[in-house]
Formats: sequence, structure tokens, C-alpha cells
Amino acid sequence: MATTQQNNGGLIGWIDARFPFSKMMREHMSEYYAPKNFNIWYYFGVFSLVVLVNQILTGIWLTMYYKPSAAEAFASVEYIMRDVEWGWLLRYMHSTGASAFFIVVYLHMFRALLYGSYKKPRELIWIIGMLIFLTLMAEAFFGYLLPWGQMSYWGAQVIISLFGAIPFVGEDLALWIRGDFVVSDATLNRFFSLHVIALPLALAGLVVAHILALHEVGSNNPDGVEIKANKDENGIPRDGIAFHPYYTVKDAAGIMVFLFFFAAVVFYLPEMGGYFLEHANFIAANPLQTPEHIAPVWYFTPFYAILRAVPDKLGGVVAMGGSIVLLFLLPWLDRSPVRSIRYRGPYYKIALTLFVIAFLILGVLGALPPSPGRTTLARLCSLIYFAFFIAMPFYTKIDRDKPVPERVTMRKSKLFAMLSPPKHHKHGDDQQTGGSGQEGELSWTLKK
Amino acid sequence: MHTADEFNPNRRRLLVAAAGGVGVVGAAFVAVPFLKSWQPSERAQAAGAPVEVDISKVEPGSMLTVEWRGKPVWLVNRTEKMLEALPTVEDDLRDPNSEMDQQPPYAQNMYRSRRPEMLVMVGICTHLGCSPTYRPEFAPADLGPDWKGGFFCPCHGSRFDLAGRVYQGVPAPTNMVVPPYMFVDDTRVLVGNDEEAA
Repeated sequence: MATTQQNNGGLIGWIDARFPFSKMMREHMSEYYAPKNFNIWYYFGVFSLVVLVNQILTGIWLTMYYKPSAAEAFASVEYIMRDVEWGWLLRYMHSTGASAFFIVVYLHMFRALLYGSYKKPRELIWIIGMLIFLTLMAEAFFGYLLPWGQMSYWGAQVIISLFGAIPFVGEDLALWIRGDFVVSDATLNRFFSLHVIALPLALAGLVVAHILALHEVGSNNPDGVEIKANKDENGIPRDGIAFHPYYTVKDAAGIMVFLFFFAAVVFYLPEMGGYFLEHANFIAANPLQTPEHIAPVWYFTPFYAILRAVPDKLGGVVAMGGSIVLLFLLPWLDRSPVRSIRYRGPYYKIALTLFVIAFLILGVLGALPPSPGRTTLARLCSLIYFAFFIAMPFYTKIDRDKPVPERVTMRKSKLFAMLSPPKHHKHGDDQQTGGSGQEGELSWTLKK
Repeated sequence: MHTADEFNPNRRRLLVAAAGGVGVVGAAFVAVPFLKSWQPSERAQAAGAPVEVDISKVEPGSMLTVEWRGKPVWLVNRTEKMLEALPTVEDDLRDPNSEMDQQPPYAQNMYRSRRPEMLVMVGICTHLGCSPTYRPEFAPADLGPDWKGGFFCPCHGSRFDLAGRVYQGVPAPTNMVVPPYMFVDDTRVLVGNDEEAA
């Protein structure tokens, strides 16, 4: 392995003598070895990076036309939509990007639950990822106030009031956050500042930390097998392939598919029937009139449903906070020696299925007005949500896990098998040939 | 001159701790203006000044909404029938005697007001700050046969009676807030100020 700069001449050589450019490219791209058995779930990390770039780029441009003042904000958004050339597209890319961000991040997190990507030695990757998730929620919340519509205003009012539930200091804290006795111009201004400067900076830093931590310990994979445990004579994992060019090219193909769906929403369904942009937000904020039904944007609804399920105000806030804090503790709650769902026993599979169903139902309930029947259902689902975490040390410990293979396995999807020429059959069991580098389409990737 | 042999780890630790400690104290002082700047500004506090309201045109049974500190303040002229309903719902209330500190002392009575008929109240639900709807009618179809007039919050279904007292089994934890107020004369109310502060 090259340890000093390979290019001694030219511009690159000049730069390398002064800045570790080639070294960084090698460490993080051409000589970062990722498991070769990544499946479709491993796209969502790079998708979230694409959305982040989209949000930053469109956000910078929207800031050029938006006015962060209670008197002008709503009109300036309409100005962007009607008068600024292509302004509607910039705004829809930004608003669709917000929802897309949460879609890909939720799927990215679910991937971690499927394959145990949070488990030792990747606890810090998970914790940094959770901090990104929290920052993202704050970013989305602050951003949602900016259009200064009815839902912006009353949503902020409801969420800031949550702090009022904290004993003794709550009311003063809510007043401090608002900077006024109600959500007002002062609130809008500081939320704008946090939305366009503070949180994007924090987000960018956390994303870098997330990737650095990932590249330090190496990526997990659908088998949950540690590829670094089996290296060839050059110290390269036998089941690893260089991130560049193999995964950069693969990711580029995935990004094209993602952008296809993204563009379809931007151009044909930017409001998504009131779920991406709520109907009440097309009316300017009116502090004296509450909308008929206040619902947060869809990506907050599961946690909002947990908040509402508890009949006590402080209890509801604690439950909602607890539902997020428990996610941070996941690496230590899971006592199974097995990472991947492929080799887990039935208890974890059942628990994860119930958890996903409960989370989705909570998401639906959080968007609907409350009724006694729905509240009962929300309580049941909240119970499942918490039980998934609290009972985890027990059911993962006694679970009947299956033996984990030494090397990663190459599974072909049925679709891929249909498209592939029949020559694959002569290789016999994929599980055996998987790591050998003998397979046609992979052999060239390992010879270098 | 000190040589490497004379390196004293204890002294080094003390110096690092002392310098670090001073640094933390300095950072805490610097943080004060940043954090304090988030408090309501002088202008916001001035805008929270009291509001004088003419109540001579508020018919019995009707409600007037004025703005004080950016919040809706309701002035309801309650009828005899409404006032008679107040004691009949007390068994279903969380805090019928207004024991929690949600009103000035002069409003800590069954009517939660200075004059029985005139209710002055901040029109904000104590759950999460929505503004409830005024529902003075008795036994409407959507609120059930036991409804004897009151305020219904469309956000999360909290119910209050016509004195802003919260019912049991709803998300709102406390009765609605009665602001400080005083009668300047028979037809004018000053919201946001009373004799104590004046």
C-alpha cells in the first residue's frame, strides 16, 4: 500500500506536498474497502447526502428572496411562488426535500435495525447518527415556522408550549424560546437564524463525524459479518471492494432512480395531498384563531401520537422525549451476539415487526384528530413502542439465534436472477463462492 | 532553567486545571449576553401593556375577544341560566374551587370573575396553547347531552365550563387563566392591570 504520495509531479503533487489530498482520497474512496454484499438498503445513506446538498443549495437561494419578518414572511413566500423566476421550483425542491430527508433517514435507521449496524464497534456511528436525526427534527421544526402560515404558527405554539410542562422553569423557558409572550416576529427571526446558519453548520459537522466514524471501523453489511476479520496478504479484506469506483458508480445509478421519484413529487405532487405542505398553511398566521385541527407534518406524527396518548401534560412530554432517548440506548439494550436479522431468532423478528407496525400506526394516528377509540389504539401502540426497547435486553438474550457464517454471502434477488444469464448456475452454492472472488462479475473488482 | 528531569506532573495538573477553570468561568460570563438576548425585548414588554375594553355593547350570552400581549382575551357576558349551570357540573371538574394558581385572588370563586356575569379570561387552552371555541348552547349533538355550555378545544378535545374550569378526563391539566383586570367604571374594563399593580 502506498504510504507516501504517488504523484510527485504536476498540480496534484504540488498540492499533496502541502495538503493530504491524495491521502484523503485513498483513505475514504479508492482504498476504503466496503463489504461487497451491500443490498438495496445501503442506498439510503448516500440518498440522505444528496438531499442534504439539495436542501443547502435550494435553501441558499430561497434565502435570497425570503423575508424573515412576521409582516412580510407569508407574502414573500407567495412572491417566491408567483413572481420569482423558477422560484416555485426552488421552493418545491426545498419542501419536498424536507419530507424526502425524513423518508430516507427513517429507512436508513431501519436498515440499522435490520442488520444490527448500531452494535459494537459501531455504537458511536449510531449515536452521531441519532444526533443528526435530532438536529434534523429541530431544523425541520424551525423551518416550518418560516412560511408564517396558520399551521406554521400554531404548530410552533404547540411545540414551544411543551417546554411549559417542565416543572418550575417551564413557563420562563417557553417565554425565553419565544422571546415574546406569544409566537411573534422575535420568534420568527431567531428561528430563521437557527434554520439557515446554526443547525446546517451543526448538521454538516455531524455528517462528517458520522462518515469519519464509519470509515474508522468499517461498514457493516447484510450478513453482519466483520469483513476486517478476514484479510488477504495485502491487508485488504477479502470480502471488501474499493468504495471508489465500485460503490461510487453503484450509488450514482441508485441516485438516478431516487431523483426520478423525487422529481415526480416535485413536479406532480409537491403538496402530497396536504401531507408535505399542509392545507392550513396556505392561510397567513392568525394569532387569534386556531385552525380546526392542528397536526404536525407527517414525519413528526409518530412522536406526536405518543405525546397525545398520555393523559397528563408533563407525562406526555416525558413519554415523547423518552421515545427518542431510548433510540440512543439501542447499542446497549441489544444483548444478542448476532447482528443481522438473517441469523437472529424468532423473538427479535417478531419484536421488530410489531415495532414497525406500531410506529406506522402511531404515524397515522398522529395526523388524525383524537377520538376515544384512536386514543386507546395510540396507547396500545405506544406500549409496543416502549416494550420493544425496554424488553430488548431480555428477548435478545434468550433468542434462538442461528449460526453466523465466516464470510459474507452473496444473495441475488429474484429479479436479478431472472435478468442474469444462466451461467451463474455452474458456480453452485453462492454461500461458498461468495468470498472467493471467483464469481464472474466480481473477480475483476478484486484484481488490482 | 528547568530541565526535563525537573518536570513536575502535579504542578502541571494544577496549572492546567486552574487555566481551564478560569476559561470555563470566562466562557460562562460571555454566554450571558447571548442567552439574555433571547428574553423578550423592551419593545415586546411594552407591547404587553394593559388594554382598555368597552363592555357596554356585549349582549348577555355573547362574547367579545380582544388582544392583550398577542393573546386572545375573552369577555363573556353570562346569562342567569349560564350562571345557574355552573354549580351543577362541579362533580365532573378537576379543580372546581380554582385551588390551582390560575387566577388572581379576586377571581378565585365559583364564577372565576369579579362580577358574576362578566367573565374575563385568556382564551388559550392550558394544554398546548390552542384557542378553544365558545360553545354556549346546552346539549348540542356533537358535545353530548350533558354539555351545559362552555369552551371546547378542537385541537385535542379539552373541555371547560363557562367559568373556564377544566373537566376531568381531558388533556388540559388546569383551569384556563384569568388575567389581572379591573373595572375602570361600569362599562370599561382594563385588561392586564389591577389595583395591586396600578
